Amino acid sequence: MAHLRPYPASDKHMTPLDFPGARVEDWQQKGVEKLGEMLQKYRSLQVYMDICVKCGACADKCHYYLGTGDPNNMPVQRAELLRGVYRRYFTPAGKLFPKLVRATEFDETTLQKWFTYFHQCSQCRRCSVFCPYGIDTAEISMAAREIMDAIGVGHKYTTEIVGKVHSIGNNLGIPGPALTGTLQFLEDDLLDTTGHEIRLPLDQEGADVLLITPSADFFSEPHISSLMGYAKVFHQAGISYTFSSYASEAANFGMFIGSYAQKQKIAKRIADKARDLRVKRIVVGECGHAWRVAYSFWNTLNGPFDFLDPNYPVPQHICEFTHQLNERGALVFDKEANDDLTVTFHDSCNVARASRMGASSGGQFEIPRALIRATANKFVEMDADTIRERTFCCGGGGGLLTDELMDLRVRGAMPRVTALKRVMEEDGVNYVALICAICKAQFNKILPMYGIPMETVGGVHALVNNAIQIGAKRGIV
Amino acid sequence: MLALIAYLALLTFIFGFGWRIWTYWRAPAPLKIPTTPAPVCKSGVVWRMFTEVAFFNSLFKGNKWTWLGGYLFHAALALVLIRHLRYFVQPLPEAFAYIQTVGIIAGLAMVGGLGFLLVRRFWVARTRYISSFADYAILALLLAIGVTGLLMQYVFRPDIVEIKSAMLGWVTFQGFPTPSDALFVVHFLLVLALMFVFPFSKLMHLGGIFFSPTRNQVDNPRERKHVNPWAVVE
Repeated sequence: MAHLRPYPASDKHMTPLDFPGARVEDWQQKGVEKLGEMLQKYRSLQVYMDICVKCGACADKCHYYLGTGDPNNMPVQRAELLRGVYRRYFTPAGKLFPKLVRATEFDETTLQKWFTYFHQCSQCRRCSVFCPYGIDTAEISMAAREIMDAIGVGHKYTTEIVGKVHSIGNNLGIPGPALTGTLQFLEDDLLDTTGHEIRLPLDQEGADVLLITPSADFFSEPHISSLMGYAKVFHQAGISYTFSSYASEAANFGMFIGSYAQKQKIAKRIADKARDLRVKRIVVGECGHAWRVAYSFWNTLNGPFDFLDPNYPVPQHICEFTHQLNERGALVFDKEANDDLTVTFHDSCNVARASRMGASSGGQFEIPRALIRATANKFVEMDADTIRERTFCCGGGGGLLTDELMDLRVRGAMPRVTALKRVMEEDGVNYVALICAICKAQFNKILPMYGIPMETVGGVHALVNNAIQIGAKRGIV
Repeated sequence: MLALIAYLALLTFIFGFGWRIWTYWRAPAPLKIPTTPAPVCKSGVVWRMFTEVAFFNSLFKGNKWTWLGGYLFHAALALVLIRHLRYFVQPLPEAFAYIQTVGIIAGLAMVGGLGFLLVRRFWVARTRYISSFADYAILALLLAIGVTGLLMQYVFRPDIVEIKSAMLGWVTFQGFPTPSDALFVVHFLLVLALMFVFPFSKLMHLGGIFFSPTRNQVDNPRERKHVNPWAVVE
């Protein structure tokens, strides 16, 4: 079947990331060695290789399995593709009785299966919620991808994007001058529509906040509406902020390819720039996996952030930021501005299952919903089995948001679209609010294929953008 | 001969299990990866682990039937094991009298639960697809242990006194005279086989679950710097 398998990376994508440019000569041995090395570096991998009892509770939880019906997309079976090799080379049972325990050679057939199926996992972690041992297929598919990269078998889309971050500064490859032009254009636009000078500053030293957002926010629809929402919040709160042309990207595709080194290198740009610009806080825009890396990994990768203001968590999510300002009475919303919308919320997987907002457990669910309720009158939840930690992936995460995987993306979106269609029919929902750039791009393209207009999708801050009253003051800030 | 096998099995189990746990212990968890919503403090993590181990919380969310079969088997097994302590403890505390009947009934429940899991593994196309010989073999082994045990309880009663003295001798390393009852010897050999394969099989989920980072980590990466030992450059 077409569009279910990724394009292989070539030399020009691989070598800039310190991966071999082509498949290495003794790839079988190198691959097995790399697996051995990773087993010693990652407790998750070692434990998850050993303790799966194949109960099958995860099997029907994966949106790609539900969408494709391919048994290799059951999380347990996906993991077995790696476990088979692990057993063959690292366990007595697999060395002595490979057939009885289904141990497999790391041969061409196995490698081809790896390349297909570990790129049919969006690392959304839905299976890990239901696993009695918390086995996280994301950890396993990341490991498999890193092993493949180490032997020169990479994925074109993800490696190309990481390369662009290093050479140009962001995933979309927007050069500095284009960024300056875009921000200028948006400022003019905001002046025309609101009558207020709402700034979108770039590389401004000494600003209070460094705002790091997915580069799609500068260029794509519906992402831009959220960007304008952020700008209005900063303007209205009177907090100075800046973007950075050097670190103009929040996304971190190092996570998708499982590379610790790349994750660290990509994240370091942001920490370095924050230090250079002498900001006091770092705020991250609407991007799911970027928020996971920022929230969970930045402190480990690049911390301590002791040069920032200790009164704020590092980093902060833009939803936390706006929500806090609203709670303090710094913002005024006109909810009626969104009265043409009946809103539902799609929890993006990396936010829902791999990060937090606010001080208490589950804040990542409550804060965006509180913002929606503060900015819109009509809010409806989708089926309880498809939201919060049980949310379905959009189908395009984990480095799969590429045209060569279009069939897979359409099928993977099916469970989410099914739940969405239901609230559209039963409750008249006509707007899906969400806080992930990949979800926005994926739905934008996929929903029309299911007969849903693409305008249905938008950011939470697009609602903020509509409802916020510029110039209005309420009480003491 | 039986004594030799029995000691080999015991040592394999103890050292094999310990070696696996040591493997998990020494492998670093380089990044914070709890599956959220996760507890933000240590006591919350202890509670989360407790609910997983005592009630199979996540499995309950995942599949009610699997939970039912699995829980029935594990809970019954726990009771049966506790009841079996009477063969390894001398003198016997009075409390053991109260577990006796419960433990015997649990034996039936255990075999029932195992039978359910085995049938399910055959029956449900998804689980049949993912099952290897080893998956069936372990279930069959456990079933055989359960059935031989029940036979001794309900049909062919062996000489308990003789068996108890043998068991006490075995675990205190004071010699192991082979009991005369054939059914017991079969039951015992099956248990020894289980002890042999335990450290090399998926049965290690017993110890491994405590090392699962998605379940045992505190969700506090912003508040506290989590250090990755192999990335520290000095």
